[in-house]
Order: sequence, then C-alpha cells, then structure tokens
Amino acid sequence: MIFETVIGLEVHLQFGTKTKIFCGCANEFGKAPNTSVCPVCLGLPGSLPVLNQTALHYAIKVALALNCKINSYIQFDRKNYYYPDLPKGYQISQFKYPIGHDGFIMIPTEKGPKKICIHRAHLEEDAGKLIHNAQDNTSLVNYNRCGTPLMEIVTDPDMRSPQEAYDYLQTLKLNLSYLNVSDCDMEKGSLRCDANISIRPKGRRALGVKAELKNMNSFKAVKAALTYEVKRQQKMILKGQKILQETRLWNEDKAITLTMRGKEEAHDYRYFPEPDLVPFTVDQDVIAQIQESLPESPQNKFERFQNDLGLNSYDAGVMIQEAAIADFFEKCVSLYPQAKKVCNWISGPLLQGIHEGKIPYDQLTLSAKSFTDIIQKVDNGDISNLTGKDILKDMLTSGKTADEIIKEKGLSQVSDDDILMNIVDEVLKENETVVQQIKDGKTGAIGFLIGSAMKKSKGKANPKKLNELIHRRISHD
Amino acid sequence: MPLNESTAHELLGGILKKEIQPQKIISSVLEGIHKTDSQVKAYVRVDDNTPLQSSADFVNDNKGAIPIPVAIKDNICIHSHETTCASHILKGFKPPYNATVIEKLLNKGSRPLGQTNMDEFAFGSSTETSCYGPTHNPWNLSCVPGGSSGGSAAAVAAHEAIWALGSDTGGSIRQPASFCGVVGLKPTYGRVSRFGLIAFASSLDQIGPITKDMTDCALLLTIISGKDPKDSTSVDHPVCDYTQSLIEDVKGLTIGIPKEYFIDGIDPEVQTAVQEAIQVLKKKGAVFQEISLPHTEYCVATYYIIATAEASSNLARFDAVQYGLRRQPKQTRLNLLIDMYEQTRFEGFGNEAKRRIMLGTYSLSSGYYDAYYLRGQKVRTLIKQDFDRAFKECDAIITPTCPTPAFKLNEKVNDPLAMYLSDILTISANLSGIPALSLPCGFSKDGLPIGLQIMAKPFDEEMLFRVGYTYEQATPWHKQRIKL
Repeated sequence: MIFETVIGLEVHLQFGTKTKIFCGCANEFGKAPNTSVCPVCLGLPGSLPVLNQTALHYAIKVALALNCKINSYIQFDRKNYYYPDLPKGYQISQFKYPIGHDGFIMIPTEKGPKKICIHRAHLEEDAGKLIHNAQDNTSLVNYNRCGTPLMEIVTDPDMRSPQEAYDYLQTLKLNLSYLNVSDCDMEKGSLRCDANISIRPKGRRALGVKAELKNMNSFKAVKAALTYEVKRQQKMILKGQKILQETRLWNEDKAITLTMRGKEEAHDYRYFPEPDLVPFTVDQDVIAQIQESLPESPQNKFERFQNDLGLNSYDAGVMIQEAAIADFFEKCVSLYPQAKKVCNWISGPLLQGIHEGKIPYDQLTLSAKSFTDIIQKVDNGDISNLTGKDILKDMLTSGKTADEIIKEKGLSQVSDDDILMNIVDEVLKENETVVQQIKDGKTGAIGFLIGSAMKKSKGKANPKKLNELIHRRISHD
Repeated sequence: MPLNESTAHELLGGILKKEIQPQKIISSVLEGIHKTDSQVKAYVRVDDNTPLQSSADFVNDNKGAIPIPVAIKDNICIHSHETTCASHILKGFKPPYNATVIEKLLNKGSRPLGQTNMDEFAFGSSTETSCYGPTHNPWNLSCVPGGSSGGSAAAVAAHEAIWALGSDTGGSIRQPASFCGVVGLKPTYGRVSRFGLIAFASSLDQIGPITKDMTDCALLLTIISGKDPKDSTSVDHPVCDYTQSLIEDVKGLTIGIPKEYFIDGIDPEVQTAVQEAIQVLKKKGAVFQEISLPHTEYCVATYYIIATAEASSNLARFDAVQYGLRRQPKQTRLNLLIDMYEQTRFEGFGNEAKRRIMLGTYSLSSGYYDAYYLRGQKVRTLIKQDFDRAFKECDAIITPTCPTPAFKLNEKVNDPLAMYLSDILTISANLSGIPALSLPCGFSKDGLPIGLQIMAKPFDEEMLFRVGYTYEQATPWHKQRIKL
C-alpha cells in the first residue's frame, strides 16, 4: 500500500512587546523567577485585564504578513482548563473571531513553490512555567511568562512530508523575523511548534486519524518526530491495528513519540466570550496603516537581489537570511554599487566576525559607510585584503572606525619605493637561487619572492608595488 | 442622638462647622458595633486599629473631604486586609492591592471600618450561605437580612455603620436594602470600577452604595463613580455631583408600571405599599402609565444561565496553588494534582457555590453551549430591548424591589428555586445594565420594611435620585430608626 502523509502545524509566537498583553509588567525573558509579575498576570481575585494595544497591532501585522483576512471585530474568549501554570483557571484567547484567517505562505519545494494555507492566526496570553524538582519531589511555578503576548498560527493540513513541514517552518520563521515583532528564538521558547499528523492510502480523500505531537524543541526535532510518526502509523495500519486519536510527546533522547493523553481525556475548554474585555472594532485606517508599514518580504528581496543586483541565487539566499543583513547589504550597495563584491565581504568576513563575536544582528553597530570604506581602501590598494579583514573584525568588537584602527596599529600599506626597495634587496640577496631560476625563465617563482617580502613587511607592503619592484631589479641585473 | 445614628451628610455638616470630630464618629460606630453585632452579626471583621487618616486638618486642607468611615462587603479587596467573600477557600487571603473604590474612598479621607458578611461569593439572597454563619435582620432577628450584601444592609440599618458598599449581580444590593429598610443602588453597568471586586459574574456585577437615605446615596455614588483605566468595562461617561440631582420635583415625569411585575406571587402588603407610593408620586405631579416588558418571564432562567456560566469560570482560580485554602492530596491517589484540586474545592466551597459551579460548567459544555449559554445571551438582548423600548415611553419605571418582606432564617435555605425567585424583580436591571434603586416605602404589619424599586435608562442615575428623593421627602420611612 502506498501511503500519503498529511501534516498540519500549530506555531506559537511570543511577541517582544515591552510589557505583557494584559498588564504593565515587563515582558522580559530570563529574569529571576516570579519577579516580573503583578496581581493581573498572577490572576489574583478582583484583578482585571486591560489589552496592550501594541500586542494587538503586532498580531494584525503578523496576520497581514501571512496574507490573512482580518477580523476587525476584536473579541476575546476564555479557554477554561486547570493547570498550575495557568493562574486564573482559564486562558484569555480568541476562539470565535481569530484576528487572521484564510491566509497563506509560499514555501520552496523540489517541484517549485507550494502554497501552504493558514487556517487561522489568533492572539492570546502565554501561561507560566512549571519546574519539577525530582530530588525532593516538588514542583514550582514561575509566573514570569504568564501574560506574554502569544500568537497561534495554525495551518490547514497542507503538508505532505516531514521535509515540507520543515521547509514551512523555515519559511515562516524567516518571514516572521522580518516583521520585528519577536526574536523568533526557539531556545528561549519565543517560537514553539506542535504538529498534527495522519496518513491515508494515496488517492483517498478522507483524512486518517491524527496524532497531535508536542514537545519538539527545534525544527529538526519536528522533522524527526514526524518522520518517526509516519513510520509508526504505517506499521500499525499494515498490522491491521487501529490508530487512536491522541496527543503524543516527542522524547528527544529516545527519538520516539509516546502517548500523553487519549481523545477521551481531551479537555472540553468551555469557550465563552471574555466578559472582562469589551469587544470593539479596529478602524480600517489602522489596519491600512499597518499594511503599509509591512516590510518587503524576504521572497521579494530574494527575487530583486537576483534580477536587479545581479546576484546568483545562492548569494541572494545568503543575503536574505536575516532581515538586518539584507538591510545592511542594500545600504552598502547604495554607497558602493558593486553588489557581488559587497555580498562577498558580507557573507565572508562580516558574517564570520558576527558569529565569532556572537553579536546579535539587531545589535550590529557597524555602519554601512565604515564597512564600504574598508572595501574601498582595499580596492585602492591602501590596505591589503588581509588587513581589511583584520580591521573589520576589530571594528566589530571595538566599535572604532577603520581610520582609527589603521592609525593606531600602523596598518596602512607601505607603498613608499625607498622602503620597499630595501626590503626587496634583502630578499633577493637571501634567495639568489630563486632569482637565478626566474632569470632562466621560471617566472612563476616570483610569487615566492613577493611572499617573502610581504612577510618581512609584516603584511603591510603593497603586493602590486612589490611585484613591480622585483621585476625592475631582476631585469636591470 | 448618638453620632452612629446620624446620616453621613448630617455628620459632614457637623464636621464642617467643627462641631464634630471625625475621630468621634469612628468611636461611636465602634460602640454601635460593640453593642449589637453579637446579635446582628453584620461584620466578619472589624478594623478598630487603623486611625482615620482624615484628621480635622485633613478636612480643613481638603475641600470636599468626606472623613466618614464605610463598611465594606467582604468581596471588595482592601490592601493587606483579609478578604474572603465569606468563603473557606479564601481564608487568609490578603490582597496586595486596593479595589479602585477603596482608593477613591481613601482619597476623600474616608476609610473602611470593617468588612461585612455576605452569601459565599455573593451566591444567595439571604446571607445564609456565608462560611461565617448568617447575619440577622435588625428589624426582626429571626428573619434574614436579604443577600448577598446582607451584612452591609444590616450594618447600616442597625447603626453599626454610617453607610456601606455592597455589590449587586442580580439584586444583591437592592434586595437586602429592601429587607433592612435602607437605600441601596445598583449603578449602570460600567459606572463604577469593578477592579478589586472579586468577581461573581463579570458582565453583571456592579459595586454600589447602601445608605440611610437618598442624600447619602448620592454622596457615596459620586465618590465611587468614574472610568478606571484598570477596568476595561468601566465607561468613560462624565461623573456629575449626584447630590445636585436631589431635586424635589417630578412634575411632568412619566413613570412606567410594568404589568409583568405586579404578579400573583407578590405579597398583598407589598402590593399595597407600592400602590400607596405611586399615589404619593402622583400627587407630586408624576404621570403613571402601564408598560409592558414582554420578556420578563425569561429573566430568572436567563440570569441563572449567564451568571452561573461566568461564575464557574471566575471561581476556577481558587485551585489551592497560590493562595487561600490548600488541602494536601491523598498520597494513594493516582493523580496528586487533580486530587489536590478536588480535596481543596470539596472542602473550600459551600453547597450553593458547588451547585452554581456545576450549573455553569454544564451550560458551557460542548454540546450544550448553543442550547443554554448562547440562547441565554440572545434572550438577554431581547430583555435589554424591552427596556430600550420602555424608556422611549417613560422616564423611570417603578416596581416592588422584592415580592415579599424579609423571610425567616432557614425558610428557603434548602429550596434553591424559591430562593432564586426572590430576585425575580431585580434581575432584569443587571441583565440589561440599567441603574436601579431600592428605597423604603413602608412596613408590613409585622414591622418588616418594604422596598420600592425605581429603574432608569443607562447612566441616568440622576433620574433615580430625582424620583427617589421626591418620594423620600414626602414620606416618613427613612426617619424610622431601629431600637435594638
């Protein structure tokens, strides 16, 4: 039997707003437990939620970027269930009127771009976090995360393989990262993913019984869990066993999925409209303004970098991976219109420096002007390629300008004929056999002499000039 | 006359003339509590330590200061003071914040003097479901004071408080005010901030004043009203000085008499008292007109669907994790977490709370939502439309507050349906969000007070004060004082 895999994904995205969604507490990751809390996010009796407008605008922004239709009527609903990390006993979410619905994004596949439909995208509050201590058999609650604005993005069951699911996640993350609403960092939990998966005999339209997979901490884990699950479900069907609708947890260490709860233990969330927040309608003007403020999509940039700037698709792909880098690239090209050269300097030394220095992209202080100045200086022969790279590294960590570093370290290339001639003479004296070889017609050996001279000058000599001088000396003899 | 038997506006006059020291009012009220609360049991906690922040200096320095203490229902949060909703499950809970109404009182130089008894989580009409035991009606100690704000109404009636705050979800201010012979007002939904009011049913709850007369009611409502940035459901409607609305003139006003509210179950003495009140207002120049509120018969059912649904969700937070009661799970149980929830909620909630949580959970459950909760919301809209139509024809509506005077303790406690029906005339104001007032309009032959209910359109509290004050000034009821 040939099976077809059907996958739908639910992604949770935390917003990086200054404050939480329904109170004024700082929305920061990594603070000491229970230090960013107040009566509202702790759900203390008598406290009431007040909606954070920035969170609402971010949600509209995300929904628009995912090509969703927008519900301008904003109503929140209560999702009722008991868990110690949920201090009110309900989560304020959107059930009936998600902010966005019926959107899509295009993902790259081997057979060309494929459309993945976004079923709904809604705004809600995050819950706290439980910390289990096995040693003394206790569980503690950290409420700092309670009330972090969260957007849930749910696809239709449009993906047909774990690889497609992986590609969707990569594309989604890339697009979201351009919106500047979240750091999209899976390690911090800013981006989380659950997956629904079922299989069916190829050609059948009806969906098979699905399993919901949770607890995947990376895109790779999502792919691995889905791959495992496809095999598990296939084996069961081939054995004639029935697949049960259930929620399963991915166990990273054992690389398997395990039952968490069955359908009969599924919650009845008893959704109803949140009476503490009055429904309202967002002005069409506001939505139009947000639409206008949307940045150019990475897909668009990818096309434009190839068509207008002449990059090949690999280079264009590298340039769009980070919104900050794409912007930086464009600024540099506007100052120094040699796209390929700028691209090489970015994808090589700059990205290397950023990774080595572990510099967050949004904290890159290097200006496009200083960066293109280095390229210019190398092109002019004022400094060597190597020196240029060293200066760049120094700039990234020290924040100094290129000129300052050149002056401080005496790095400017030596082009003075008298100084260089002394070095050349020394080198020729030390390598008489090589000189003879060149005179005998083995001109390729001249590179060795240039290298030796460079070494003597500690890299500061202008190699072009050296070449010229060595030629002159040897032919004079 | 002892100070505690005076009204707030009388005391305020004395303070301004420097004849009365604010501190003396407190000692007088405390004396009143000391004398009678062992019988009435209006308070669950009395705070006799905190001095009145408003000394004579405060009054001199602050124009408009009202340094008169207030009794507070035990579901309104007071910073660092135990606030329990008269429930075991909240025992020991001390909120680290003040309700907005408390802040407003403190800003005026007033302060809470103690916390009053109530039905557990405001679930009831007799103050008998309190975990502290019942409050007694000061007019007849074998009767209930009404509820759920029975403690506040009894305290004011027994001169154990100058005035008080209560909360009203389906009649919880007006019904006890009626039973105890005092004035009680449920403001328009959104008039008063709910921040710090421990929620029963969020879309119906309002905090309001319980006072000895209309003037005090206007004074207290003026203090607590207004839009609150901490409560999204509070409305940005201008707050006026309601004492300016105490106008003794109803000439030319049209007052509606809804035929559906004068039904068979109404006690004949109540019927007579209300008819006489209508005559008084007629003589003052009001025009009466029969009106119809056709969806009245669905009010109680609609109310108990919506109120219990919201309550079931609002009470979910009492889960033993952060505060209040915690019962340890039995170690033999499979799921310790669920057992902790079960043990705690089993012991922490009384029967009526459990009943309402179950009713509300049921009506929100998948498969029942459309038939109950959703339909309830639709009927609620129809009930609201009844009033919208009615207020095109009339300026105010008059009904009895309750079908009967106060009933006996234990009479209805085991008959929830009979208990629910005692709210039959007050519930519609909560469902439709309109303001409604109860004020005394006579006594039964057994000496129990009877209440008159006046309703007006949203944010027209001024109309309530105008009609109520005109009636009050023409009758002796508000001057009747209990001798305990």
